[in-house]
Amino acid sequence: MRRLSKISMASLIFGYAFLYIPILSVIVYSFNESRLVTVWSRFSTKWYRSLLENEGLLNAVLASFKIASMTATLAVVLGTLAAVVMVRFHKFRGKTLFGGLISAPLVMPDVITGLAMLMMFVTFEQAIGWPSYRGIMTITIAHITLAMAYVYQVIQARLQDFDRSIEEAALDLGARPAKVFIVIVLPLILPSLTAGWLLAFALSLDDVVIASFLSGPGATTLPMLIFSSIRLGVTPEINALATLIVSIVALVIILVGFIIHRQQKHQSK
Amino acid sequence: MTFHKKLILPRNIFWRRLTREKRLVIAAPYLWLALFTLIPFIIIIKISLSEVTLAIPPFQPFFEWTAEQILHLHLNFATYSALLSDHFYASALIDSFKVALIATFICFIIGYPMAYAIARSSPFWRPILLLMVILPFFTSFLVRVYAWIGLLSTKGLINSFLLWMGIIKEPLSLLYNASAVTIGIVYCYLPFMILPIYSVLDKIDPSYIEAAYDLGCRPWRAFWRVTFPLSLRAVIAGSMLVFVPAIGEFVIPELLGAPDTLMIGRVIWAEFFNNQNWPLACALAVVMLVLFIIPFTIFQRYQLRTEEE
Repeated sequence: MRRLSKISMASLIFGYAFLYIPILSVIVYSFNESRLVTVWSRFSTKWYRSLLENEGLLNAVLASFKIASMTATLAVVLGTLAAVVMVRFHKFRGKTLFGGLISAPLVMPDVITGLAMLMMFVTFEQAIGWPSYRGIMTITIAHITLAMAYVYQVIQARLQDFDRSIEEAALDLGARPAKVFIVIVLPLILPSLTAGWLLAFALSLDDVVIASFLSGPGATTLPMLIFSSIRLGVTPEINALATLIVSIVALVIILVGFIIHRQQKHQSK
Repeated sequence: MTFHKKLILPRNIFWRRLTREKRLVIAAPYLWLALFTLIPFIIIIKISLSEVTLAIPPFQPFFEWTAEQILHLHLNFATYSALLSDHFYASALIDSFKVALIATFICFIIGYPMAYAIARSSPFWRPILLLMVILPFFTSFLVRVYAWIGLLSTKGLINSFLLWMGIIKEPLSLLYNASAVTIGIVYCYLPFMILPIYSVLDKIDPSYIEAAYDLGCRPWRAFWRVTFPLSLRAVIAGSMLVFVPAIGEFVIPELLGAPDTLMIGRVIWAEFFNNQNWPLACALAVVMLVLFIIPFTIFQRYQLRTEEE
């Protein structure tokens, strides 16, 4: 192993301490029995048990998972189509505008995206009576628009370094482009599609600002619930909830990383 | 397409025959984007030019047909002139700019040495160290901000630790001020600074630096004269990735800032939810887009293009 200089070593230790101490402190104090968040009394899992009895929380988790899974699925479909259009299609009228629109949500602050989306839904409702109420559907539409921009980036990068000769061979042998796409291209970009799906799912599950603008009575997502309870103060229940979220996410990421790592090894053999 | 071209490029016949299929592929994402990205922005510009009223929704219609079938346009620039004359909004914009700038600089100070150290570490450690940078980025944004409340509050970990050590006698008020907001932004956006810098440092040919050493450069001088200039583009790219989202941030100043730490995202939120002034909220959004988001996006594009050349 190459030896790192002392400065490099110190910056790494400081940097990772800065990144991990806050999260670790949340995890440690979620097992604290005392209601006083920062005074350690005794190890206990009672805050986890009280989470399970919180019905509002379970409903919010359910709503969030519904929104996130719909978002991820549709964002992958639309983002992939957009990437195919931008990478594979020759110039058509409005291609520049298309390129601008697909990447606009990446730079837009959440507050503006949420506000603009809400204004649009209100205007539509006045004009054509749709949507008649705001809730899970309006949040999902906004999340799809945001997430497809990210999925597009992932798939577009994959399509650009794609060996086109396989496709061309299939076309030369008489396959229709649609069939070539489904039988040849899709299986090859499957890892990117999976990554895009997970990314979209995570984005949707993490958003509080856009959801707050677009939600209506009866539709509370998990981040909205956490946000409103954080505003009231730090409680051990939130620590427990945060610990659950962190451990699930870490587990999924390590698993995905492991699978990708194994696939790459497999491919290089 | 002419017949002549068809003869030269036989596959084009194929594409031409399938234009309807192709059009459908274009139409689905295009329609979605037009409906849910383009139209919302036209609508916020429209509403920013409407007058506030006490109604649902709380603004006057933009145009209406009178009894004589004449179209009346109500263009109202009063919201914009109110924005420009009120010191409150200008200072919110300046404050957002300042906080975002300082946070970006701190991200650079912490992030660059980390990226450098990761790029110089052994091939075994590199993916692990990178994963450890990305991991907190994927855990919930709210949880990460929340963690700092627990650390910084008067009864929080940092104060308890300092009191226990006997360094301070009274707890410091670390939370609910501009520096807490800055720390929060640095914490949440640090990976955006590290990753682009790492990817460039990783690709720098070590023979450049060896050449500098052979020519008698000391390590520090070699770093400043060779490595750093080569990574400057990545530093700018990373800074943009931190600065642009930081300036419109709402959650961090709302949870960690003082009630008067007014960043622009928070002002838009308050005008909309608390004051019910939709035209003003929309006008602020338009001002922010024109002042920050659009110029920085153009700058970024320009950077990418020169890089490709």
